[in-house]
Amino acid sequence: MGKNQSSVKENAIQFLFKYGAIALLIFIIFYFSTISDSFFTYGNFSDILRSISIVTLLALGVTFTLVVDGFDLSVGSTMSLSTVVSASLMVWYDLPLWLVLILPLLIGVLVGAVNSFLIVVIGIPDLLATLSMMYIVAGLHRTYTEGYSIYNNMPLTSGGTAPGQLSEAFLWIGQGQMLGLPVPVWIMLIMVLASYVVLNHTRWGRVLYMTGGNAEAATLSGVSVKKVKFTAYVVSGVFASMAGILFTARVGSGQIDAGAPLMMEAVAAVFVGYSVLGAGKPNALGTFFGAAVIGILLNGLTILNLPYYAFDIIKGGVLVAALAVTYVYAKRKFSKA
Amino acid sequence: MGTAFLSERGILMADPLLSMTAIGKKFGTVTALQGAEFQLEKGEVHAILGVNGAGKSTLIKILSGVYQQDEGIIYLDGAAIRLESPKAAKEQGIYCVYQEVDTAIVSELTVAENILLDTFAEKGNLFVSRQKINDRARQVLHELQADSINVQQKAARLTLAEKQMVLIARALVHSAKIIIFDEPTAPLSIHESEKLYTVIEKLKAQGVGCVFISHRLPEVFEISDRITVMREGALVKTYDTAQADQDEVIEAMLGAALSHELEPRAHDIGTALLEVANLSDGQKLKDLSLTVAAGEVVGVVGLVGAGKTELAKALFGGTPLTSGTIKLAGKTAKIKHPADAIKAGMALIPEERRKEGLFVQESLEANASFPNLKKFSKRLLIDRQAEKRFANEIIERLRIKTDSTDTPLVHLSGGNQQKVAIGKWISLDSTLYLFDEPTKGVDIGAKVDIFKLIRQLAESGKGCLYFSSEIHEAIGISDRILVMYNGQIVKELSRQEATQERILLYASGGKEELGEKPELGERKRDSVSI
Repeated sequence: MGKNQSSVKENAIQFLFKYGAIALLIFIIFYFSTISDSFFTYGNFSDILRSISIVTLLALGVTFTLVVDGFDLSVGSTMSLSTVVSASLMVWYDLPLWLVLILPLLIGVLVGAVNSFLIVVIGIPDLLATLSMMYIVAGLHRTYTEGYSIYNNMPLTSGGTAPGQLSEAFLWIGQGQMLGLPVPVWIMLIMVLASYVVLNHTRWGRVLYMTGGNAEAATLSGVSVKKVKFTAYVVSGVFASMAGILFTARVGSGQIDAGAPLMMEAVAAVFVGYSVLGAGKPNALGTFFGAAVIGILLNGLTILNLPYYAFDIIKGGVLVAALAVTYVYAKRKFSKA
Repeated sequence: MGTAFLSERGILMADPLLSMTAIGKKFGTVTALQGAEFQLEKGEVHAILGVNGAGKSTLIKILSGVYQQDEGIIYLDGAAIRLESPKAAKEQGIYCVYQEVDTAIVSELTVAENILLDTFAEKGNLFVSRQKINDRARQVLHELQADSINVQQKAARLTLAEKQMVLIARALVHSAKIIIFDEPTAPLSIHESEKLYTVIEKLKAQGVGCVFISHRLPEVFEISDRITVMREGALVKTYDTAQADQDEVIEAMLGAALSHELEPRAHDIGTALLEVANLSDGQKLKDLSLTVAAGEVVGVVGLVGAGKTELAKALFGGTPLTSGTIKLAGKTAKIKHPADAIKAGMALIPEERRKEGLFVQESLEANASFPNLKKFSKRLLIDRQAEKRFANEIIERLRIKTDSTDTPLVHLSGGNQQKVAIGKWISLDSTLYLFDEPTKGVDIGAKVDIFKLIRQLAESGKGCLYFSSEIHEAIGISDRILVMYNGQIVKELSRQEATQERILLYASGGKEELGEKPELGERKRDSVSI
């Protein structure tokens, strides 16, 4: 009897851990669909996906650093820097599109490289190193724009107006449609899929996970842990830059501090993703899923006219629930051994 | 049976100071102790002997309150007691002098403060009189004939032997009834050890019961009154030392099972595979030279702390070298990182398999394929089928017990984990295998499998370096034995020359014949000139 009960409980936890996030998602969709006619429509879903595309890119970068048992708090600032740099290259300097896309990505590489230098070479713990970089990069991007957002033909502090505008082709990246879906959604889906394949089905992904799981054992199996960590932070920087470019193209101007509010949301998405399909570790599909759960929930609550200032309570609640399932399961899984 | 033993003892001996009866302890599914028995009289030195994993350390950790037994009762002066914590044990007068003395010494405090450390927490004294504690510390050290230690200096500046004395003094301050010595002589020189023996004699005279754990048989026979031999978590026999025979005790420790598993083998030794000359790491390792031929198993034996693990890591590129050359198959190998060592054909099975050898939360197949992932991802993606096939191959070849190839390694027993740690190198077809304490925490059945595998490797022309502090096992498996002491190779013995006693002698810094002394002295001078 007692044993039966405990095995029911055990099965319930197993089920929650594997399918909890998916079940929650289905429930939320079902719930909002019954309440509002405008929720379960193609247009609304395409909106939701577009709204989470930027956060998802940021979160993919964070996923890579968490896979190697690191952490990147600087992604928000890096995104902000990339946002204003990509806008300024067009508005202030009137540069061709390919440079406008490449230079911000190089900045992402650079931030990632500095992060890994601080962490791997100097030995500052990842959280603290990227926290410092978060401030430095945020300060850099405000200094660069002197605190102003960047828009077409803006007046310059040195007098006169800026020569350039955001080009149509550039804006298409953020605002265009392709094959029935917004372009940012395509970019997000391709990046999620690419990250998934790399992390789960290639040698490099395996090396990343093993380095995160046990750096000492990875070293003695012939892995250069320093190089692996370096790569992860660079990937994170590049994803953050991509998010920044996308933001500029989406909004049509270079807003300052664009990334700061998105950073924590990205981190939350990654941790919600731990609980998807029983992974128990950072994973690309889970990250996408986490971002989607949060995005759908916020969309539905907006339709329900819930005051925006209450949204963070919901976000936090989802995060706590996902983490609780993940950690309760981990505790059981490893104490049984 | 346990109670019968107790009552028999009860009649023979009046009022034992300590009696542990039918003690059982499990860690998860692993049984560490089952029906373990131990008695201690006042003023007695009682040694506990057993090979690694016999349950000695678990037993004394229960006695010192670090672990709590699952079954059994502990009697102190005839009354049943419960030892919930190390603090509770100390309150009962049970003190432990740990092998790693540094964990119990606060190096920034003075000697006197260290000796009286527990009294600070005990009493509600707001102010501590430096004068008083210095006097008290001096007095206790005087009782131990250790007046030479300055009580006002910082503990950080003491030698290991002196730190040990501080710990003994700390126990005496509290009028300890029982003092546990856990391998106290392992880090000591012979002279320091002898001094410790006289202190133990003094404690005996004061009526303190001493529990003495040691791997060094000669000293156990020299200072103990009784010897309890443990094997596989249970009592084998308790001997009166005066009537005990050393060979009988060794046999009791090893058990019959293992001693005839390891028969000598005929072997063909090929060309030199590994040649190491004058290797130093600037810290532990001093001027080591050794060779391993194809088809040869070379044992590297030494006590804990002799530098075996350091040597294995250094050869494998895990730690940097300050001097020395490593040649593999006649070619000088530049090994700066384990990746270089693996490329050169080396494989390391590290001592701490959970920490250094395996990814315990990952599946068996992911662990098995890891050192050679390129082989399993010829195109862009990892070939899961090939991975699974290889995992099944090593499961069969090494007789690994597991539900499936997906099972996370945490669910496997220590022995089976170790087999995976060895098996993962097989796909690389390495030519030189470094085994660092491969039988540590492994049950007898798995040990035999591991020995068979090492033999198989040697017979197929691989070279094996077998690092171990389990002397009898090393004798069984090796074709040749190098004895390490204090970071140096002090003796090379052929299989015929190697006996447990001779190895132990060299491993503890002793010398056999007078003629050997100058040689050893010369070695020392060489290392100084570097």
